[in-house]
Amino acid sequence: MKELLKKLSETYGPSGREEQISRVIREEIKDYVDETYTDNMGNLYAVKKGSGAKIMVAAHMDEIGMIVTHIDDKGFLRFSNVGGLSPHVLLGQRVIFANGSQGTVGMEKLEEINKLKLEKLYIDIGATTKDDARKHIKVGDIATYHREATIVGNRVIGKAMDNRAGCAVLVKAIQELAQTENEVYAVFTSQEEVGLRGSRISTYRINPDLGLAVDITMVGDTPEAPTMDVSLGKGPTVKIKDASVICHPRLKEKLSEIAEKNEIPYQYEVLTAGGTDAGAIHLTKEGIPAGVISIPCRYVHTPGEMVDLDDLAHAVKLLKAFLSAPLEMREIFPCHLE
Amino acid sequence: MLLKRLSEASGASGDEGEVRSLLKEELSLHVEEVTTDALGNLYLKKGFGRKPRVMVAAHMDEVGLMVVGYEKSGLLRVVKVGSIDDRVLASKVVSIGKDRIAGVIGAKAVHLQKPDERTKAIDINNLYIDLGVRSQEEAEKLVKIGDYATFTAKVREAGDNCLIGKAFDNRAGCAVLAELLKEDFDLELNAVFTVQEEVGLRGAGVAAYSIHPDVALVIETTAAADVVGSKEAAYVTKLGDGPALTLMDSTYMAPQQILDLVAETAEKLAIPYQFRRLTTAGTDAGIISQTHAGILSAVISIPCRYIHSPASIINLDDWQNTLRLARGILNAIAEGGLRLEGTA
Amino acid sequence: MEIKRFLKDICEAPGVSGYEEYVAKIVRAAFCAHVDEVRQDRMGNVVFLKRGSDSGGRRPRILLAAHLDEIGLMVTKIEEGGFLRFSAVGGIDPRTVVGQEVILYGREKLSGVIGVKPPHLTPADELSKGHKMEDLHIDVALTEESARKLVAVGDLALIRRELIQLAGSTVAAKAMDDRAGLAVLLSCLQELERLRHAADVYAVATVQEEVGVRGAAMATYGVVPDIGIAVDVTHAEMPGVLEHEACKLGKGPGITVGPNIHPKISEEIIRVAKEYRLPYQLEAFPGPTGTDARAIQVTRGGIPTGLLSIPLRYMHTSVELLDMDDLKLSGRLLAYFIAGVDSAFVEGLSCC
Repeated sequence: MKELLKKLSETYGPSGREEQISRVIREEIKDYVDETYTDNMGNLYAVKKGSGAKIMVAAHMDEIGMIVTHIDDKGFLRFSNVGGLSPHVLLGQRVIFANGSQGTVGMEKLEEINKLKLEKLYIDIGATTKDDARKHIKVGDIATYHREATIVGNRVIGKAMDNRAGCAVLVKAIQELAQTENEVYAVFTSQEEVGLRGSRISTYRINPDLGLAVDITMVGDTPEAPTMDVSLGKGPTVKIKDASVICHPRLKEKLSEIAEKNEIPYQYEVLTAGGTDAGAIHLTKEGIPAGVISIPCRYVHTPGEMVDLDDLAHAVKLLKAFLSAPLEMREIFPCHLE
Repeated sequence: MLLKRLSEASGASGDEGEVRSLLKEELSLHVEEVTTDALGNLYLKKGFGRKPRVMVAAHMDEVGLMVVGYEKSGLLRVVKVGSIDDRVLASKVVSIGKDRIAGVIGAKAVHLQKPDERTKAIDINNLYIDLGVRSQEEAEKLVKIGDYATFTAKVREAGDNCLIGKAFDNRAGCAVLAELLKEDFDLELNAVFTVQEEVGLRGAGVAAYSIHPDVALVIETTAAADVVGSKEAAYVTKLGDGPALTLMDSTYMAPQQILDLVAETAEKLAIPYQFRRLTTAGTDAGIISQTHAGILSAVISIPCRYIHSPASIINLDDWQNTLRLARGILNAIAEGGLRLEGTA
Repeated sequence: MEIKRFLKDICEAPGVSGYEEYVAKIVRAAFCAHVDEVRQDRMGNVVFLKRGSDSGGRRPRILLAAHLDEIGLMVTKIEEGGFLRFSAVGGIDPRTVVGQEVILYGREKLSGVIGVKPPHLTPADELSKGHKMEDLHIDVALTEESARKLVAVGDLALIRRELIQLAGSTVAAKAMDDRAGLAVLLSCLQELERLRHAADVYAVATVQEEVGVRGAAMATYGVVPDIGIAVDVTHAEMPGVLEHEACKLGKGPGITVGPNIHPKISEEIIRVAKEYRLPYQLEAFPGPTGTDARAIQVTRGGIPTGLLSIPLRYMHTSVELLDMDDLKLSGRLLAYFIAGVDSAFVEGLSCC
């Protein structure tokens, strides 16, 4: 798991530019599924055929980034955020582009640091002129944090744990999944960070009986943290609500039941802001019951995101148990009243 | 000139009838099928049954005002339809309702304002439309609650091949699409003049659902902020530098193969182009690309200074070049320039 | 069933967004007598079908939507001492929940209060500021140990409130938004019993409106109606609100006009109101409304949509106040509108 997580974390793949991370994940899972394919928006689908319930599991593989909007005469790159980026976190960061070009984030002269905005920042790739910069970078290219993943005890620090941690869990679960009658669609989704876009269209394509997202969530166990009852290392969470979805109560019950039966530690999660792929999944067509398994993660959207390896291992167990149990859809979701 | 007639027509979001009729009349003879839907989108189809199926969209609606109440004096209370800077509203001329009644937007005369009032922006709660009537009863005879108002402005030639006028966003785009419909392409062309873009991309989504195209091209008008006092990195676009290609906005990210196709087409045809240096706001492409199982979409825009005001400026070279680029993109798509299905 | 009795029952029942099953059962029991078919989808929307009288060809389909869900509170953390932190489901002004009694739906139903520091112990500058949601807590008067046994993160709480009869035909309760809309639907179904209507009527009790008009989008996708009418509440006039920003209580439903509404639908509802001499008020709204109508209109290839609203004061509090006469007038107007819809009217909606 450690090595897989490190590899996924370090791979380049901002929203809209998921080709590299998609290739890496595909290599990991292609021998364990019946079929893999991609679509025009960059989603990666891996299908395990079956005759039972059609279950979609989404883990978004995109990470936040910086898109180049302008190259000035001296070769400095102006950029906008792709996903939620804090200018304060960006200051002094090393960044990397798809082709391996690297740069550092610089700042215009500023009187007050709390007035720092993204417009005041630029990327310096060491170019001396516009033409020099253009040899490596064109407008529209996207950079990500450049950071190695470090293992500290049972925890891992790195960039893009949001949501390569979820990807690692889904990859492992697919690799280890025993024979099941369920038809499982693992979807490594694109463009989650810019508005749950990959999952919206992939759900429409698949039209599953139910959907599950595997993503990271915030925690409330650090000094002066926001009020939240989720801690690192106490197990994956079963999400109840965030800004994008109220998880289907029956699915929440089912996940808790399975966790208890298999003695997997878990926590309930209510996230007051932020969303996840389940938000798009459950609104598709006539509505698709959706739930979320989250990996607790500290320092979200920084290059120092931290997750706990036990939480990941337990999430894999929970996901495998859920996917391999026969799902009697009519029993869980009684539809027709009379 | 069609662009002039389109610009001068009145058509706030939800009230696009005049623009729709104008386009229908102008274009019906050039196409195989003309339809409308429940929201008022206008569909014009050409090359029925050819592949691929391409949707080209330009929104017909413009920003405007809506009458929500009367004062006893007969002045009209209004709210904005779409996004308008309140500070642009004072002292403009508008036309209201089906009968296009004339009105002016009044505010307290500067002489009567206290010194601290004078430095503040006049917001819409301190503005009203004056029809020149003397009572609520008189106003009620002329204007109904829910009537739409739009700026009135004539199109005028100016400067170096430029036009001054209102509603170039997006009648300039509509005019490009209208020209494309008079030509022939080796694909199924589904032109849609969409409604209600300015109030949240409402029309384009249902249109894309109904058409279910393989690929979509959105022709838009975008802000040009290349004016004194603004820095080059913040220009958004520059007037005269050609059509702008959208990399990303709040609703959409351009897929790499779209960026490549548009840039290569422009370079091959020696058409100047630029990138839109703003990643916020949205266009119809946002909703179209999220319809069905995802529709590959592109956006090109005509730069426009002072957008969403009654006195905006576009450059006709930009307009011509946008038309050339759109034509080039359609030909490139017809020649198989895009991968349209998922690759195994 | 008598409308006021029904309204009392459903307003007092719990049904926070995403957890509407309890109130859905009450609605089902009341609607059943007036419909031909009932169906609940996987997300919880309840679709009641009352068939029309047309026999030749496809009958027009009219979808009526009123939302089941109400705003509420959700436990986010169990603090030391057994105090419960919470956040809002839907839009709640934290200043209106201070000092309220609540019912907490934990492992069992618990009584509690939203406590507040006494003014004596509060610094003067703090007194002038409104409370923030994250500073408040629910006190169920249990030890931490018992609280942890009976309460879990994600449990829901509601302000305890019975329907209050005020002067004349005025009543106040929690969750009038949009249980009042459901009462209008029931009243409309009752009216339809004695009217001949060509169209099939799909009365839908929708879920999750308060968190982003979610249920109506799904239900409309499933029903594929020719016409969709949402019934919701709107602001009634009160001090501090400009005249053009609000409707009047007791003067009939608001009929919305604007981009969210098909002009031929609003025109027809107005025509019907005039024909039957039913009072109504006009509401102009310049974009997508904050009601189910927003979702209905842009479903699939586009649905001609209308919106009827019941004037109401103090929206999103536990004392939402309205006039029962407005409910009855709305139900009647809706029924007469439905009775007038035929295939020709529906055909006219797609060409502008």
